[in-house]
Amino acid sequence: MKNENLYNCILGIADNSLILGQRMGELCGHGPSLETDIACTNISLDLFGQVRSYFQYAAKLAGDGRTEDDIAMLRKEREYKNVLLVEQPNTDFAYTLGRQFLFDVYHLMFLSELQKSTDLTLAAIANKCIKEVSYHERFSSDWVKRLGDGTEESHQKMQNAIDDLWTYTDELFHQTEADKAMVEEGIGVDVTKLKDNYYKNVKSLLDEATLKVPESKYFQKGGKEGVHTEHLGYLLSDLQYMQRTYPNMEW
Amino acid sequence: MTSIEQNIEHRLISILEQVSDPEIPVLSIMDMGVVRSAIIEEGVVKVEITPTYSGCPAMDVIGDDIKKALKDAGYKSEIDLILHPAWTTDWITPRGRKALEDYGIAAPLEADADKDALFNGKRIVKCTNCSSQNTRLVSQFGSTACKAQFQCDDCQEPFDYFKCLK
Repeated sequence: MKNENLYNCILGIADNSLILGQRMGELCGHGPSLETDIACTNISLDLFGQVRSYFQYAAKLAGDGRTEDDIAMLRKEREYKNVLLVEQPNTDFAYTLGRQFLFDVYHLMFLSELQKSTDLTLAAIANKCIKEVSYHERFSSDWVKRLGDGTEESHQKMQNAIDDLWTYTDELFHQTEADKAMVEEGIGVDVTKLKDNYYKNVKSLLDEATLKVPESKYFQKGGKEGVHTEHLGYLLSDLQYMQRTYPNMEW
Repeated sequence: MTSIEQNIEHRLISILEQVSDPEIPVLSIMDMGVVRSAIIEEGVVKVEITPTYSGCPAMDVIGDDIKKALKDAGYKSEIDLILHPAWTTDWITPRGRKALEDYGIAAPLEADADKDALFNGKRIVKCTNCSSQNTRLVSQFGSTACKAQFQCDDCQEPFDYFKCLK
């Protein structure tokens, strides 16, 4: 493929939204209240919509007859390039919203840079997505504050979630070879430059939420290279079930 | 209200105005601002539409409905989905805003006021039933991604608010 680096770079961006969208979609009918249920599934829908724009573009670049659906549904686990953070399970509502918050803060900063891409399609997608993601970020921040600065129990649960998920945050700022090549060409986002501000923003909100900033310096990585936690396999077996059971079926 | 870069041939306007938003049937897609251009080239109408939200499930239906309306009027058509410039609630026409309100959906406020209403607990969204501003946010996300849920504390009416998108 001529644009292999660009293709891989797009998959790296889109897979985060796809996998997180699937996680949030799991709350459909299972949210802690009707309103939060609807909110989480709406966020899921936004993310899936964004994924479609990315995958349509990737399919065009691939130019081998694969469609957006093939890219979404028919890859093997090792071919998904999402960060480990987004595949972590919905252990409880604090984990769900803690994960969303830790990703949203990054996502917003990332899209803000992607809007400046010299690739006009990516810039246009980013410009569209950022408006939706601002709502996600406000929603998840709001809940982290509400639970962190809530009852003793909600505080403890939120703290546990942040402590556990913290180990997956550093990977957000790793670059693959494809990412580096795309940064060189002015197309991709140099995520290493987002790191300081990310932790600054996250820490300031955790302070406001009366939560402790985890001190652990041990970080997990691998997702961007296709090496995932055990959770992704289970998620994919759900996500891909229909296409694997009834190949080529259409809605 | 801006309608920048909108390029629609005059004779197509009345046809396109008959196509309504499948989620909000009182609102025509023209008043919604999702049609960005419609021009006739060699006997084929080329229509460009833009989604309100990326994941809006109505876009495929809107595309089909436009095709059908144009076909009924004797035109062949091609529909293109474009992302740039990104849709904004500023493109909803005054007539569209009124249609929303009449239907029971509060029209979007300006960006700052929107933030105050959705995130700072300000009671400024007007009830679509009794016009009171004594309303409160029930949920930041509503029946579709573009709306939030409110309830009026005077007449108790629950209603949707169309979120500002800029």
